[in-house]
Amino acid sequence: MTDTTSIMTKKRSYGGLSTGTVAPWVICTAILLVLPYVFQSNSALTIMNQMAITIVFALAYNMLLGQGGMLSFGHAVYMGMGGFMCMHVMNWVEYQNIPLPLPLLPVVGGLFGMGMATIIGSFSTRTAGTVFAMISLGIGELIAASSVIVVAFFGGEEGVSGDRTYGLPVFGYEFLTKIEVYYLTAGWLVLSALLMYLFSRTPVGRMANAVRDNPERAQFLGYSARWVRFYSFCASGFFAGVAGGLFAINFEILTEENLNLVTSGSILLITFLGGVGFFFGPIIGAIVFTLLQSVLSLQTELWQLYVGALFVLTVMYFPGGLAGVIMMHVAPYKLGKLGTLVVPYFKTVLPAAIGILGLASFCEIMFHFKHAAVGENDMSLFGIEFSTHSPLPWIVIVGVTLVCFWIAKRNSAELRETWGNANVLSSPKEGGAQ
Amino acid sequence: MELVLVILIDGLVYGLLLFMLSSGLTLIFSMMGVLNFAHASFYMLGAYFAYQISRYMGFWPGLILAPIIVGLAGAAIERFGLRKVHQYGHVPELIFTFGLALLIEEIVQFFWGKNQVPYDAPEVLQFALFSIGTNEIQAYKVFMIAISVLIFLCLLYVLTKTRVGMIIQAALSYPRTVEALGHNVPFIFMGVFGVGTALAGLAGVIAGPQLGTFPGMAFLLGSIVFVTIVIGGLGSLWGALVASLLIGWMTTFAASYNIAMADILMAVGFEMPEDMSEHALRDIWSLTLPQIGPILPYLLMVVILVFRPYGLFGKRDA
Repeated sequence: MTDTTSIMTKKRSYGGLSTGTVAPWVICTAILLVLPYVFQSNSALTIMNQMAITIVFALAYNMLLGQGGMLSFGHAVYMGMGGFMCMHVMNWVEYQNIPLPLPLLPVVGGLFGMGMATIIGSFSTRTAGTVFAMISLGIGELIAASSVIVVAFFGGEEGVSGDRTYGLPVFGYEFLTKIEVYYLTAGWLVLSALLMYLFSRTPVGRMANAVRDNPERAQFLGYSARWVRFYSFCASGFFAGVAGGLFAINFEILTEENLNLVTSGSILLITFLGGVGFFFGPIIGAIVFTLLQSVLSLQTELWQLYVGALFVLTVMYFPGGLAGVIMMHVAPYKLGKLGTLVVPYFKTVLPAAIGILGLASFCEIMFHFKHAAVGENDMSLFGIEFSTHSPLPWIVIVGVTLVCFWIAKRNSAELRETWGNANVLSSPKEGGAQ
Repeated sequence: MELVLVILIDGLVYGLLLFMLSSGLTLIFSMMGVLNFAHASFYMLGAYFAYQISRYMGFWPGLILAPIIVGLAGAAIERFGLRKVHQYGHVPELIFTFGLALLIEEIVQFFWGKNQVPYDAPEVLQFALFSIGTNEIQAYKVFMIAISVLIFLCLLYVLTKTRVGMIIQAALSYPRTVEALGHNVPFIFMGVFGVGTALAGLAGVIAGPQLGTFPGMAFLLGSIVFVTIVIGGLGSLWGALVASLLIGWMTTFAASYNIAMADILMAVGFEMPEDMSEHALRDIWSLTLPQIGPILPYLLMVVILVFRPYGLFGKRDA
């Protein structure tokens, strides 16, 4: 009895505003404000802008996949349509002198994205699962294909472009420089992330979780699973449209690429890599993926191969994504046993990481061996120059990789045992823990 | 009239090709309840393996060996990948096959490069078998039709007349009971997955010379195959056949007949606007049938899913 009451009071204190719920938001906002002073270069700003847009889009996508259990293969449509609309509005503002300040433009994109979602959601959200996924795929292909046909709206092959600086200046800012755009994007990022978080706390957001887990039971409680899905879908469409508007402001051009299956697929990849089970998962996914994309693609031609392999392995071994891996450590932390994991981690993860690098190097050498121009035998890897046609580098790489994987495999038993002990309250001697 | 005949034959080739893919996919769906996004990737693997084999041994060994290799690869993926993901539920399974499709495309680019590889039909079949009017029909097309029909008949025979087929059909509907009778159901599932992917591989072997062997070939056909089995009804073999032929003929007809929207609109009684460049509906006026041909299957699928979610021949909700 007392136990229940104490849990109840504890729960109640969680409901309102507390340091625990507000602190992450304040810290993240502060980091966003300071970031441009840390990374000042132009390319860093570009990456950060892109990251912010991807975060908004991924969070919007996770409203469907993670919170509503709806797998969409065509979510780029709502972002793209919102973006295209913003582009047109931007041009209209220029020609017609409509008093619409630029920072409000994403609202237009959001509303248009929501309008599209309302139309399509009205029939696609009847069921979740495969039918929903297939309708989303069909709609995605339809709209991507019609973007080449309907030139008036989509601008055909060259897309629609505009100029963000022609609008009305807001408090003297004309958004000429990247840094101004960064703060605009960051502001929208915080605002829309906060709104999406709050949406997940509303009764509709909670019901979306219930419908995801057991639609039949939710319907017995008197909720229409279809309407709950529909509301989530529309809200997700709105924020995808906001992301589209931010994209329009940032890049000043939208093309068929923003609508097609590749974009829809990559947002699925990003969200799943980050982790669909937690609100902050897609944020991590977007940050990691954008970094991977911009750093790896400079280093190697094979980055998509690595990302694909990473994705498949994540689905197989860590269905919770990166956020799931992070949250796995909460229990050991609460038990005060996180420290015991450090040494086994070091002994397993380090050789495994070197082994993976070795495997990647093997792929790189093989790729160079097969596809480099005739006579171009030399390549450099990790700053070492060597010839791919001599056997030595091959032997070294294969040897290092095999040895590292062997060490990692040998030490993984110890890690597994320590992991088991770190997740139970009692020490292994007393409790016979597994 | 001659043109209609030629289009009928071309559509038949395309439709039967689609059927070879969709039959395997629909069998796998009725077995595991999951759509295999990577199915068209096995089709691509079939074409590339056959190309590699044909460089050393010629076309005919490739026709036999490549589908077997693809089938073994498919069975291995089911055994070590999909079965592991199966416990997490349907959505992760779908995502897994999606990731697999991306990965296979990258692997193909890794080994064979980004460009089309010179994989050609055997010289024995490179002649015009007969001609309709002025249009010559290549022997290879007839060969493709023959192989597809043969496969369909074999599949039908095995599934309905043999003991193995009976066990498979029973395992699809009552896996528990079949397991209780002493059959190894996971093994049957693995086998069906392997055979389904081998069929896709075979489709790749015979389609590679005709449609081109390049890394985008899976992507190009992949979503159409989905559309086919969704239209036909998930899990229905006859539905897959009807939908494949329907889509084959529909897209071929649309690509060959140049019917302009402007003619239709004027026939109905609308007046053509004078200045087309600024008219808001100018895109509707300039629409032609070949333009919208590629999106017709998707349109059909969305319409069918909205009004009849279990497809033309399907018995259950997807």
